[in-house]
Amino acid sequence: MPTLTYRDALRQALIDEMDRDPEVFLIGEDIGRYQGTFRVTQGLFDKYGKDRVIDAPITEPGFTGMAVGAAMVGLRPVVEMMTMSFSILALDQVINSAAKVHSMTGGQASVPMVIRGPGGHANQLSAQHSHSLEGWYAHVPGLKVVVPATPADAYGMLKTAIRDDNPVIFTENPGLYALKGEVPTESGDFTVPFGKARIAREGTDVTLVAYSRMVSVCEAAADLLEKDGISAEVVDVRSLLPLDTETIYASIQKTNRAVVVYEDWRSGGFGAEIAARIGEECFDSLDAPVGRVGGLNVPTPYSRVLELECIPNEHDVVAAVRKIG
Amino acid sequence: MPKSVKQSLTQSPTEIEKYFREMVLIRKFEEKCNVAYRTGKAGGYLHVYIGQEATGVGWINSLKLGWDYVIAAYRIHAFPILMGTEPVACMAEIMGRVDGPSRGKGGSMHIYDIPRGFFGGWGIVGGHTPLGAGLAFAAKYRKEDRVTLCFLGDGAANAGVFFETLNMAALWDLPVIFIIENNEFAMGTRLEYHAADTELHKRGFPFGIKHERLDGMNVLQVKEDAQRIIDWVRENQKPYVVEVMNYRFVGHGAADNDQTLYRTAEEVEQNKERDPLHILRKIMMENNIMTEEKMEAIESEIEEQVEEIYSQALESPHPEKSEVYDHIYTDMPVEKGH
Ligand SMILES: Cc1ncc(C[n+]2csc(CCOP(=O)(O)OP(=O)(O)O)c2C)c(N)n1
Repeated sequence: MPTLTYRDALRQALIDEMDRDPEVFLIGEDIGRYQGTFRVTQGLFDKYGKDRVIDAPITEPGFTGMAVGAAMVGLRPVVEMMTMSFSILALDQVINSAAKVHSMTGGQASVPMVIRGPGGHANQLSAQHSHSLEGWYAHVPGLKVVVPATPADAYGMLKTAIRDDNPVIFTENPGLYALKGEVPTESGDFTVPFGKARIAREGTDVTLVAYSRMVSVCEAAADLLEKDGISAEVVDVRSLLPLDTETIYASIQKTNRAVVVYEDWRSGGFGAEIAARIGEECFDSLDAPVGRVGGLNVPTPYSRVLELECIPNEHDVVAAVRKIG
Repeated sequence: MPKSVKQSLTQSPTEIEKYFREMVLIRKFEEKCNVAYRTGKAGGYLHVYIGQEATGVGWINSLKLGWDYVIAAYRIHAFPILMGTEPVACMAEIMGRVDGPSRGKGGSMHIYDIPRGFFGGWGIVGGHTPLGAGLAFAAKYRKEDRVTLCFLGDGAANAGVFFETLNMAALWDLPVIFIIENNEFAMGTRLEYHAADTELHKRGFPFGIKHERLDGMNVLQVKEDAQRIIDWVRENQKPYVVEVMNYRFVGHGAADNDQTLYRTAEEVEQNKERDPLHILRKIMMENNIMTEEKMEAIESEIEEQVEEIYSQALESPHPEKSEVYDHIYTDMPVEKGH
């Protein structure tokens, strides 16, 4: 099995699906001639030409809405947000248009489109460029929201997203692009279904529930906990909407303790939803209250010292595990 | 095309020397910022103004400083410095230190000096243009004769919100000047690939806003045009759209290290003829305003000044961790912890 970076895995998924279906096209800022800000689309302009790899002006509401229209008649747009923070400008088209079409048309039309790009903190990008918006999107019926943490999932889930007939928000994380891992690209037909969580690490004493980059933070926390004789299981949720609660609950039935970890602002983030569901459904299995670790409830400051305060790290996770006892 | 180099000088030698000093300061300050980035003293997104100095100098020098308002996007280091903010404070902000105006929370893209009328400092392309209209609205509402300058890039001129803003500015006769700095690139995308009509000043036309394309490289010409337009807006209390032709000689940001994807080395070389410092040096020599020796002396003096700015900024401490909770609300604390 080839070893690829997360970035290269995404690109391979785009290539597979563009080869498979001529109705798939890419649109976004600087994705073509400039090869993509994070180089996900590198080489694709030369390979597929300007009609399928479209450099868009800085008009997120415009090109997102245009993609919705094109998808309503069956094209399969893959929209790149240079960063998910800029998708805020296109919220109206995502929420009022894309998410509503299938329902408002009584099933006559659907919107087979993907909106993908990096979400979450990078490095000192300050308050306007560091948003984690997956929780906002996962609040909206009609959207699907996925948050892969590994190169194999990035590959398999992007292919699933492109083949899906519904609007999919596909959140990457700037800190993951260089991550390497084995990716089963050989057959061209490997896909990862939505709504199926993954056990990233087995354990018996506490379940750490996470997604995207926080999965590796939880794995690091599990290493630290292990030194203290605590065996942590890490559940990589992979997809927020649909959400695989079965796998999460099954793990908690085994460990009897849960801590939910997410990079987004702590208050009202998607981890709060997961924690609430665990509280509702696993009450009898729990030996302790559900723990929660999220980003600080502040706009992200530029200073690296302060920024690092905002983003959950493995020590914060360990502290949360200790706190629930 | 920009108007040709002017030879009959209307500005005094003292004024011209001031512009020269300011342009050299910005150039050297920006070069030093790139050094700060390369050596890990600054991070994030950092965009410098090299090649665009004459635009900032010409326009800011035509304002009533301390009275008029200025707002811009993220390529902004020059504006507060020209408006009187201590360069050390700006450098400290760029390095994320507590002596920056935002105490290190803003960084290169988010520098503000509200008492001096500089309103930053915005990272979402086009997002600040209605704020510019809002500043002008407030001045008009209070019957003050303040003029607002709203700087934006050629890429930002495509943003939907900019069109909405132009409509409002015209509808309500707001005293705001939108200065589209056409440096020919929006990140890695050339003008002709992002704008259907590349004459961006025409953005004003559908709204009945006066609009012009102007030179941004000869600071003396820029200053004359700027003064004329600012005076007109102050007098007539109406908006204006200006497209200023300049050029970005460096990468989009400090991390943009493959410029061959959107321009050739020859193109950059050719444009060096238009370098605003080169043009001003030529004018000063041809008109016997300054000797080459004096120019060099000024340049090395400013180079030393920038070294001093840099080392002073480096002495400024990083914020205390507890500051992460400061300034979220004016009147209540935020919930703490992860
Ligand atoms: C809404 C939005 N989309 C995309 C970006 C990413 N981005 C930052 S600067 C930039 C190019 C802007 O070019 P221009 O307006 O010409 O200004 P210049 O950088 O040349 O000064 C882009 C695409 C952003 N900051 N905001």
